[in-house]
Formats: sequence, C-alpha cells, structure tokens
Amino acid sequence: MSEPTSSAVPVEVAQRLAGQSGRKYWKSLGELTHDADFSARLTEHVRREFPSQVEILADPVQRRTFLQLMGASLALAGISSCTRQPDEHILPYAKTPEALIPGRPLYFATAMPWASGAIGLLVESHMGRPTKIEGNPDHVASHGATDLFSQASVLDLYDPDRSTTTVRNGRGSTWDELVASLGPDLEAQKLKGGAGLRILSGTLNSPTLAAQLNEVLAMFPKARWVQCEPVNRDNQRLGALMSFAEDVAPRFDLSRAEVIVSLECDLLANGPESVRLARAWADRRRSAAGMNRMYAVESTPTGTGSLADHRLALAPSGIDRIARAIAQAVGVDVGAAGGAQLGGEEQSFVAALVKDLKAQAGKSLVVAGEPLSPQVHALVNAINVKLGNVGKTLHFAEPAAPVSVEQLASLKRLSEEMARREVEILVILEANPVYDAPADCEFVAAMQQVPLRVHFGTREDETGVLCHWHVPASHFLETWSDARAFDGSLSIVQPLIAPLYATKSAHEFVSLLAGKPGASGYDTLREAWKARMGAPADFEARWQRALHDGFLADSAVRTREVSLKKFDAGAASVTPTGELELALRPDPSLHDGRFANNGWLQEVPKPVSKLTWDNALYLSPQTAADLDVESGDVVEVTHAGRKLKVAVWVQPGQARGSATLHMGFGRTHAGKLGNGPGFNAFALRNSAMPWGGPATIARSGETYKLACAQEHHDMDAMGFERDLVRESTPAAFARGEYGAPHLHAKPAESAAGAGHGEKPGHAEGALITQYPAYKYEGYAWGMVIDLSTCVGCNACVVACQAENNIPIVGKEQVARGRELHWIRIDRYFTGAAHNPRVVFQPIVCMQCENAPCEVVCPVGATVHGPEGLNDMVYNRCIGTKYCSNNCPYKVRRFNFLLYSDFTTPSLKLQRNPDVSVRSRGVMEKCTYCVQRISQARIDAKREDRAIRDGDVVTACQQVCPAQAITFGDINDKNSVVHRQKALPHNYGLLTELNTAPRTTYLSRVSNPNADIPQVAGS
Amino acid sequence: MSQIFHKSFNTLSKASVVLGGLLAASAIAWLLGANRAPYISLINVPREQPVPFSHKHHVGGLGIDCRYCHTSVEESAQASIPSTKTCMTCHSQVWTNAAMLEPVRQSYQNDQSIPWLKVHDLPDFAYFNHSIHIAKGVGCQTCHGQVDEMPLMMRKNTLNMEWCLTCHRAPEKFLRPREEVFNMNWTLPKGQTQEQLGAELVEQYHVQKLTNCSTCHR
Repeated sequence: MSEPTSSAVPVEVAQRLAGQSGRKYWKSLGELTHDADFSARLTEHVRREFPSQVEILADPVQRRTFLQLMGASLALAGISSCTRQPDEHILPYAKTPEALIPGRPLYFATAMPWASGAIGLLVESHMGRPTKIEGNPDHVASHGATDLFSQASVLDLYDPDRSTTTVRNGRGSTWDELVASLGPDLEAQKLKGGAGLRILSGTLNSPTLAAQLNEVLAMFPKARWVQCEPVNRDNQRLGALMSFAEDVAPRFDLSRAEVIVSLECDLLANGPESVRLARAWADRRRSAAGMNRMYAVESTPTGTGSLADHRLALAPSGIDRIARAIAQAVGVDVGAAGGAQLGGEEQSFVAALVKDLKAQAGKSLVVAGEPLSPQVHALVNAINVKLGNVGKTLHFAEPAAPVSVEQLASLKRLSEEMARREVEILVILEANPVYDAPADCEFVAAMQQVPLRVHFGTREDETGVLCHWHVPASHFLETWSDARAFDGSLSIVQPLIAPLYATKSAHEFVSLLAGKPGASGYDTLREAWKARMGAPADFEARWQRALHDGFLADSAVRTREVSLKKFDAGAASVTPTGELELALRPDPSLHDGRFANNGWLQEVPKPVSKLTWDNALYLSPQTAADLDVESGDVVEVTHAGRKLKVAVWVQPGQARGSATLHMGFGRTHAGKLGNGPGFNAFALRNSAMPWGGPATIARSGETYKLACAQEHHDMDAMGFERDLVRESTPAAFARGEYGAPHLHAKPAESAAGAGHGEKPGHAEGALITQYPAYKYEGYAWGMVIDLSTCVGCNACVVACQAENNIPIVGKEQVARGRELHWIRIDRYFTGAAHNPRVVFQPIVCMQCENAPCEVVCPVGATVHGPEGLNDMVYNRCIGTKYCSNNCPYKVRRFNFLLYSDFTTPSLKLQRNPDVSVRSRGVMEKCTYCVQRISQARIDAKREDRAIRDGDVVTACQQVCPAQAITFGDINDKNSVVHRQKALPHNYGLLTELNTAPRTTYLSRVSNPNADIPQVAGS
Repeated sequence: MSQIFHKSFNTLSKASVVLGGLLAASAIAWLLGANRAPYISLINVPREQPVPFSHKHHVGGLGIDCRYCHTSVEESAQASIPSTKTCMTCHSQVWTNAAMLEPVRQSYQNDQSIPWLKVHDLPDFAYFNHSIHIAKGVGCQTCHGQVDEMPLMMRKNTLNMEWCLTCHRAPEKFLRPREEVFNMNWTLPKGQTQEQLGAELVEQYHVQKLTNCSTCHR
C-alpha cells in the first residue's frame, strides 16, 4: 500500500504519522503529533493525567469550596468513629455439608460452554457462593488459565437484571402454567408430525442436549431445529467442504509451528479457544531452542496482530489477495481467475513470508479467520496440505459441536418460513435473534407471524419481550450439563449453587418439549452419560472421577485423515472503487452482545483502542483524514442498503480503506448496564455478506462522547531518556543488546530492579537516597512481566477485579479518568501511524522499595511492609490523594464516589470475603494479592515450613493464558522469579527515580524476518 | 501579657482561652476513655442469645473440649459456630423436651440457621485468623477469658488494635505450650516465669512479631 499524504494533514504531522520523526513509543495520535512543542506536551500531559480536574485547579473558588468541605468532613468523620459497633449475627448451618470448613473456600470443576469448544474451570466457592473462576489445570482447553469471558461469567450469575420468573405476555407466571398451557399445543403439533414446530438455538455443544433435541425431533419428525449464532464457523465449514468434501474443523498445534501466518484471525486473544493457543505460542516464544515467527495480515489491530513479528494492515479484500498470492506461490491450483495482483509492499511481504513457509514446510501453519470467504478457507487448507503441515501443526477432526450446520443460511430459511406463516410454534433456546439476526432476515416481522412463541433465556431480552412466553434460564454455574471442548473432550458442567431464582436448565426445558416436564437436569445428564459409557458396573466410580476432574478422560474425538479435492477458488474479491470496506467483527469484550450487561466487560478497555463502554467505527488515520472526520464525529454508514449512525474512532493500525465495527453494542433489553452503550452493528448485517463488505460513509455533523482510557494514568517519561518499553531481537541478543540503550546505566540503579543480572535485594552502594535502608531478610516479593508474551487479552484485568472486589465506575467516570482497575494494560504504538507495531505493557503496583507514595501520606495509610509490599490500610485513608499524586507509575486509584454497590443483594454474593470492600474517599491499589500471601504464610507456618515457590500465585498470574507474569520471593535463589530477574533483558520502569521497583519487565523480544524491512521508526 | 492579649481582652475572655483548651483536652480524653469503656467495648456485658447457651455448663461442668463444637479453629480463619446438628448429637438424647431448646429443634427440623449474636465482632477491615494463633500457642482463654465460667458469652477484652498489639509486640508475655491451648485452667509450671517460658516458645515455634499493617488489614 502506498504511503498517502493527504492535503488535510500538514506535512510535519504527516511525517510524524509516518513514524519518521517524533516519539518512538506513543499511546495516542495526539501524543504523536504534539511532540514538537514541549510546553504543549506538558499541558497535554496535565490534561491527560487529570482530565476532570483541569478546571478545578484553574478555578480558585472551587478549590476553596473543596477545602472547606474537606475540613468539615474531617471533623464529622472524627465524631462518627465514636459509635458502638452495630450488632451482627452469625448464621451457622443447620446441617453442615460434607467437606466444608467454614472460612476456607472449596473448589469445584465445571466448564463454560462455548460454541467453539468449552473451557474447563475450577470455581472457588465460599460457603456455597461461587466467587472467583480459575482455569482447570488438567483441562485440555485451559491448562489452568482462562479468558476474560469465563473470568467475568461469575458476575453474570449475580446480575440483578437476570430474569427471575416465567413471564406470559408480559405478566408473571409459573413453570406449571407453562406446562399446562403448552401441553395441548404440542399435542396438536404431534398430530401434524410437528410440521409447524421450529426450535431455534445457538450453537449447541452439549451432546446430552443435542440427544434430547433429537429425541424431540423423533417425536415431531417434520419439525426443524435451527442452530444459529452470530459468530459461527459457516465459512470455515464451507471451506472444508470445498477442499476436503467433508465437514471437518482444524485443530492447531502451535507448539510444533515454527512459522505461523494468521490471516484476519485473532488466534491468540479471542475467547476460550485462544487460551490453549496462547499458551502453546508463548511457550515457543520463551523457548531457548529458538523462537517461532508469526506474520499477521488483518484489517483491524488485534492482540494477535500486535504480537506478530510482521503485520500488514489490509482491508478484507486485500487479505483475500494475500491468501491467493501465498497459495499460488506454494503451488496450490487457484484456477484461471483465482490469482491476485499485489502492490509493492504486499509483494515483498508475501515473497519473504512464502520463503519462510517453504523453508519450514511441515513446521508452519497458515490460519484463516472466520470472516474470510469459504474460498479463502479452502485455499488455506490447500496451502497447509501443500506445505505438509496437516498431521503436524494442524489436524482435522469432526467439529466440537455435535450437530454442524450452515447457520446463517438456516436462520434465513427459518425467517422465510415464518413469513409464509408455516411456523405455528417457535421455541427459542438461549438465542437472541431479534437483536442479532442479520437485518435482511427481517426476523422481527417474520417472527410476529408465528402464533405461539416461547423464549427460554437468562434474561428477558429483545427476543424475550416479543415472545408470548419467557422462561428464565439458569446460568451455567447453576446447571448440570455437559459440553465438548475444542477437541471433543467431554467436560462436565457442574452447578456451584442451586438456582438463585425460579429458573430451569436447558435440559429441563427441552424435557418439557419431549413430554417429560418433571425430569431433573441431573438425572437426564447422568442417564445420558451412563448410556454413553455403556452402563458399566463401575459407573458410579467413573462418574465421580469425571465430576472431580471436570471431564471424562480420553474422550477426545479422534483426528482424521483428509485428502485434498479439486475445487474452484473463484475470483479474488475486488476493492470497491470509491467505497470503504466495512468489517463487522465480534467485540473483544462483549463478543456478540451476550455479555452486554456485564459491567466488568463493558468497562475493561478494549485491547488496542482502549475504548470502554462503547464500540465505534474504527478508521485509519488516513481514511479519517480523507473523509475529514475525527474521533467522536458521528457518521452515517450505508452498507447493503441499510444505514446506521455511528461514532468514529481513529485507530492507528487500522487498514486504510477499511472500517471496522464491533458487534454486541446498542442493545435495548440487555439490562441497566447493557442498554444504550454503543451502536448496533447487526442493524447493518446482511446474511449474504455477514462479515461486511462495501460501504459508504457520510458525515452527519453530530458528535458523540467516547470514553477512552488510553491516556489515563500516563507515566511521565518526559525528561528521561530511556523508554518505558524496550524491545530486542534474537540477533540483537547475541550482540548483547537487550533493549533500549542504557544511557545512564549506573551500577546499582535499582535494588530489586533493573536487569543485567544485578542481584535482587537492597543493593549496597545504590544511588544516594533519604529513604530508610530496609533490609529484607525473610521473603521479598517481586514480579516479572514478560512483554514478549503478553497478548493484551485483558483476562488479568478482569481476574483482578473479581479477586479484589474492584467496582466498576461507569462511562462518565471513566471519561474523567477515574476507572479503578488495579492492573492496567498500557498499549504503546511504535512506528508509522498507518501500521504501527503495538506493545502491551501490563502495569501493576511496582511495590517500590523506595516508595514515593509512602512518605507523603499524612496518616500512615500506606506504609512499607517488611517483605517489600507497599501496604494499603483502607481504614486509615482519609483521601488526601497525595500518594497518587506522588506515584510516578500512576497505579493508585481513588474512590471519588461510592462506586462499590453496598445495596444490591445479589452482587454482594460475588465478593471475595478475604478482601475489604472499599468505600468512598479511599485510595486503593494493587497489593500483589496480599490476601493470598497471607493465606500461604499461615498455611506454611502451621506446617512449620517456609513458603515454597509457587505457593503464592497472584490472580493476574494465575489467569494469564500466556504465563507472562511470574511472581514469587526474590530472596529465594531457586525461585522462578529470581531467575527471571537475573535475565539480561530484565529492566525496571523509571528506575532513574531510584524507586527500586519490585515489579520489573522483560524486554519485548520479537523475531523479525531479515528479508522484510522493519517498520519505519522502529 | 500585654504582648499576647490586646487591651480589649477582659478577664472573662482571657479565662475562656484557658478553659476552652481544657474543654477540648477533656473532650478528647473522654472520647478515648469512652472507646475503652464497657458501653463501647462491651466488656463484661453478657449478651442475650436466641438460646441461652451456657459455656459454664458445657465447658466448665461437662468438660466438653472447645473443638467439639468449634471444629475449624485449627485449620481456618474462623473458629466456626457449630451447626444445629452438633447440638442435636446430644440433645436428641438429653433434654429432648426442654422448652429452652425449642429453637434448636425448630432449626434442625426446618433446616434454618439459629441467628446467634456475634459476641467477638472484629471490624470488617481486620482479618483475624484463628488457626495460626492456635498453632503458635495462644490459648483460647488468653483472648476469650474464662469461658468455662460464663453462663452467657461475653467479651473480656476490647478487641481494639491497641490490645492486639500488646501481644504482637511482645508475644512471649502470652504464649503457652501448644498442647495447653485448649486448657481453660492452665497455669505456669512451677518455677518458671511467663517471660522464660514465652521466650523459649517464641524460639521453638518460630513466632514472629508481625506488626505490619497487611498482617491484618487488606
């Protein structure tokens, strides 16, 4: 792609955008372009650090009022402390359950169902309340880690907006009434063989539920079961049918791949399926035996693209061309019309990539994302066959879902049937087609032709309110069920708690259709498993074993041999002239909108754009300049004959000529949090091109306020010559260059901190300091975060929130920079704005040995612990915020308002009883999960031993799919963290300040191909 | 005085300066005292419970071990209040018709908790762990007092942080051998002083003087 210089952009700015001048690492376009003028940057910095307080600082009256109020509240607070504690009651069990020790959590294995394969979980339960989700270390899809969706799913269980009762025509009803009322209708259908009965569900991956539905279909032979969810594998399926003439799904083995090419596929940071992939990929990244290399071609920047050694930003049609060019180059028959012409940059990229692929034939892997056409999927399959990768880096097997269908096509057919009034009863099982069906299905109008509509789901959503019956569904943490993992392994979904409300599981609901309305979900599941195992004599033992483990051992579906068939690769798609290419994609936080009412997921900043509480139309800086729009402008998008007004977000790294809109927003019946935010991408979706296509954009003149966290809590590196982010390559490593040059390298620049094999602990002869010389004779806790493997997936952010009772603050407060996440992932760009490289840097509290926060606290609310932690004493904090002002890393968070929900009963159930719930006016921050350290210490001391390496695992460390976070005792010479701190590329942030941070980083090491010129500016 | 007070100050205003200071000082003293007085700290105040359970009868009279009911005291932060089922192990056999045990029988039959009033109630921001104190030789009686003589449970100590720190700063003054932790009537062996024994136990049990904030607050 040629380098544009639009007339709308000044030359100087254009140069900076192209990465030819300006800062090396930048967080936002504003930062990149303001660079020349230092004072402008300073103002900009203050604005960024205190977005809401600029006016307050400038306005003396407000400041005085503030001081008056503070004086008064201080006096009042003093008086309030002299009260008697209110009486509290203890409610012990009448009969204590087996194995329960009050005050200690229990862990149970379960699994979160997911279309592309369930993920095995271990759920922490405090006196019967599930509070925190961890990965199941023995489960094939988890290896002990989780993605952010499973982390956040526990909040969905306690969502106060869940539906609690059966609803009939908008009025409260009961399950029994439903049974009584539905009976005659079903009987009438039986006489017709079920010709008027349709069941619509999402992708089912419960074999037992599928068997139950097949039982229903046997009773109603003319009925039809339609599976459809917005994010499906239709294209992958059609591609497999083209190339292999059978419906098989690929299973990747990244541990064996030397070269990975990811085409429009967020392989490493996309829901539960990515957890194991990220682990395998990261293991190869850390391996001393040699790093793998990853290429990514994508239209919108993702975690995977950010981690790639080489990334090309292309609109979807360009990615189509790249796939064809690779296919041609490795010798796949693309047919007469199937080839593609490439531009200069693309050509050299493909040439180098193909050379690499061929050199690593049998040890390489090309992956196509679902949005690519079936033809491209077929071509990619053929490429992998040609390269001899099949059977090595990828295998083919039956898809995880028990019944595989072309989903959008069957949904469209259902709509047509309904519009023709052929459907008399429509049963919707945990799907929300009114919201998420492609607009051209006209699902609402068609559905209203059905005389009896029954909706079964966890909330009375857009579909639920338009149905005659709404039956509340249990959350998966309240349900007995089963699910297949990506490889078909049978995983048990085990309830952690009895249903909180009068809800039913899908098994119980489908039993009603099968004429067995009283059947319990547990019995149904157990009987199905017994039948599947062939009713062995030792069934009980095997069942208990599976319950304990969370899965049935050796139940994976065998991979099978495939043979490549001849297929028509069609013609390369053409970039529409004068139009943009719209890309509709699942949202990194909300997926298809099912998590829209989950506050944790709404507030977690999106991996690259850092937007919260909204989606937006991502445009590249050049495209935005061409259209003369900027972030926050509202434009009208026209696609496939439909229009939608949507706010623009200028996203560096977005492909020029493309516009990405994420699904899952703009809901109307999701709940208090989910209603409203963002723009509904499904209003534009067309079933003929479900992932987008040509679109036009017109300015509307309106603006929309977006809450973006990218510049919040900005570390002030001005005046320091070392970068906060450091990068290296294996070649540079060999030369002894481990990151940015150490301009002021001093022998003991930090005690526990910066690299070059310095001894951890408070070094003698450090920089002169007035801080007391602490001696750390026992444990000295420290953390190392590997920038090479952080995929920016946000799982740690949500895990921290769940573990540490961190509240959400809402969009308006985020816009003021008041979000409370204790761990934030700073995302830096480097290089040209059109295709910058992205580096993720998770920032937790640095637990400085010379902590600037501690000395400024007037009330001793933050003090130095003997093991090096900067302890936070919430009950002492009076909210001066001095500590936060003095923190160079900006890791302290203040409760400006009463953010914690002290009133909603269901939300209280989620709280971790081992961590205080903070109130208004209190500062808080990362504590290295001190509650876990305390528990480990107590356990160790009771056994009269020392805490072993690995006994203390922080919440962020535990959840990380890539194992990028290491934690432990740096005084222990044998600990992993000690060894990591001794690595040459270990460095601390802002160590010039002599803060001696305990959290340090390993430089991002990438493995670029020397044949491809590095991105300018890097 | 003329350097300090302006001419217009009369005796009353001069006296009020002194009196005001005294008043402020006594107010502070009163507040500090009140915080330790039984009204606030509830020391020696027997608390009424749904069932008038007597530790004096069960522990002092019958000699039931603490751990028979407080089962998790050695392994968990909470000593735990026994389930109704524990009560019924005996009371399904003895005093089966006693009127005062009606709430216990009701609880057992209906599977409903008995709402006991919390006597030793720490603030929610303080995280106390029973198991580690037991393991390090802190006797039940040291904090809870002579429980075997209490017809109704009451506090014997303020549970203020100041009180916690008396031991955390000088554990040797309070420790006893591990095997005597649950003994309500333990006394020092003859010829030994608490300081001597305590110092030995501190060494033997690797007792640390943990006084940093995060030991209890998080």
